[in-house]
Amino acid sequence: MRTRLLIAATVFAATAVAQKSGPRTADGHPDLSGMYDIATLTPLTRPGFLGERMSLTDAEAKALAESTAAKNAKLNEPSDPNRPPPPAGGDGSEGPAGNVGGYNTLWVDSGTGAFKIDGQWRTSIVIDPPNGRLPPMTPAALKIGAARGKMNRPNRGDAWWMADSSSPGPYDDPEVRPTAERCLLGFGVSAGPPALPVMYNNLKQIVQTKDKVMILNEMVHDVRVIRMNSKHEPPEIRRWLGDSIGHWEGDTLVVDTTNFNDQPALSASRNMHVIERFTRVDAKTLRYKFTVDDPTVWTKPWTGEMVWPATDARIYEYACHEGNYSFAGILRGARRLEAEATAKAAPRK
Amino acid sequence: MINVINRPLLLTLLLATSAVWSQPRTSALPRLANGKPDFNGIWQALGPANYDIEVHMARPSMMIRQGPHGPLPAVPLLRLGAVGAVPGGMGVVEGGVIPYKPEAQKKREENRANWLDRDPEVRCYMPGVPRATYMPFPFQILQNPNQFFITYEFAGAFRDIYFKNPGPAETDSWMGQSVGRWEGDTLVVDVTGQNDQTWFDRTGTHHTNQLHVVERYTLTSPNHIQYEATIEDAEVFTKPWKIKLPLYRRMEADARLMDFKCVEFVEELIFGEFRRKPLERKE
Repeated sequence: MRTRLLIAATVFAATAVAQKSGPRTADGHPDLSGMYDIATLTPLTRPGFLGERMSLTDAEAKALAESTAAKNAKLNEPSDPNRPPPPAGGDGSEGPAGNVGGYNTLWVDSGTGAFKIDGQWRTSIVIDPPNGRLPPMTPAALKIGAARGKMNRPNRGDAWWMADSSSPGPYDDPEVRPTAERCLLGFGVSAGPPALPVMYNNLKQIVQTKDKVMILNEMVHDVRVIRMNSKHEPPEIRRWLGDSIGHWEGDTLVVDTTNFNDQPALSASRNMHVIERFTRVDAKTLRYKFTVDDPTVWTKPWTGEMVWPATDARIYEYACHEGNYSFAGILRGARRLEAEATAKAAPRK
Repeated sequence: MINVINRPLLLTLLLATSAVWSQPRTSALPRLANGKPDFNGIWQALGPANYDIEVHMARPSMMIRQGPHGPLPAVPLLRLGAVGAVPGGMGVVEGGVIPYKPEAQKKREENRANWLDRDPEVRCYMPGVPRATYMPFPFQILQNPNQFFITYEFAGAFRDIYFKNPGPAETDSWMGQSVGRWEGDTLVVDVTGQNDQTWFDRTGTHHTNQLHVVERYTLTSPNHIQYEATIEDAEVFTKPWKIKLPLYRRMEADARLMDFKCVEFVEELIFGEFRRKPLERKE
């Protein structure tokens, strides 16, 4: 009788815990397995006009969600079949939506609102430094950034990089193009770690087993297998997503990542060290907190946090390389512009 | 009172024990908390199936030209010497040979003659099913009571095996749509929705997007999986055919998948001619 009561009490307690914090695995840890959609309108760093404000009011968050929904509804209206073609040579605007037109709203999925943590609608993912902005970069990193910036001028169709014949151009070789164009990693900091939201394809899938936690990144189908209670790989081994090992601190999964190669998804260096913390907030939500430490790039570590809401969505295959016709086009386009510029500069016969 | 409580428990215990006794062969298999065989781990096929899944003798090269006295390596592979030769094998195809229709066999031979230009493996494309299983690279199974996920080292391909059928695949893809179900201790995976771009090996073995593969994964020891697949594509085969091969657990204490993002390894091949200053590309 006493045994039965004890069992009943234990079952009741276990149920109460499960209801409070979601499912658990056979070995008692929170079960983080599932599909998550991390799209959010909250940016990584706090926009300047928000100053020191860490959160939006309920009214502001509502207004943001509503104005975004209204803007998207407008952009999703059927196109006017009688509209004129884009102007020859493009409309002069820059970026993926400019020139002759790139992504329209069908492609874009940046979330429907800001995310909420601890009852606050957050204005940035970065929480430390407390101003929501990244710490100052090191002089060495600033120098590299400036050199990259020089190459990053918009392509207006005049092969500007040929003005200085001694200088390399931004389209010289496949290796100098961004990893996303090359289908090596998703764009932005999609692959991570830290895994951050981008313009679209923000799904993450977690498969948790006894001694591994796998995180699939939708974009460029990158799989990160976190080995639990393991040791980091020797320094000779460098990985695109780093080498991740994990352990449990109470109900929080702590993932430690080092051994990056020279081009991690986050614009950092091979010395980057990332610590991520996954905690179940409720049956449908994970809290994702991370600290980035790379003394070669930032003068001090910085920390961000956001939520990973569960979704019923399924991941479609992101076969980037297999259909990468645009990359040949990018390089061939540059060769064409160079040939045109050379012909133009040549004295007329 | 005590008897009333304990009788069902005792019965359960007895049943569980007798179930174990009656299946001595499988009792040693690792199992998950839900009783299903535990396939977690790093696995790899052995043998030359990725060269040629049919029964075959060793031959000089993956791409052949006829010499004055018999087959020789095709010119682009000549300098590979013994490294480019194909090891012989008894084949993993039941009956030894794929039942291609005559027209499809003709196309296969044409593919074979142009192997270097046409094999999707050369260009680091995702290998499709079943080829992913017997590429000369390991793959990792991540399994829990609700999920069965396979991640392949080659090209970073993956498959999420659904246990809830979402209906016909909404679009073709390189790795297809996989729907699994348990038949006792065997995981049966129904693979549809594959595109027509993948091959079965390095011998031009094409198919259409009507390809239907039914895989069977059976753990035969803690360190062996018996892998079988029935392959159907009425467009190119006269009848369904079967492959069968064992998969071996990688036993190294530090076994793991390494990065093999071969995309960067084929950039010179695919995009090299578009460099501003192209590198020498002929010998």
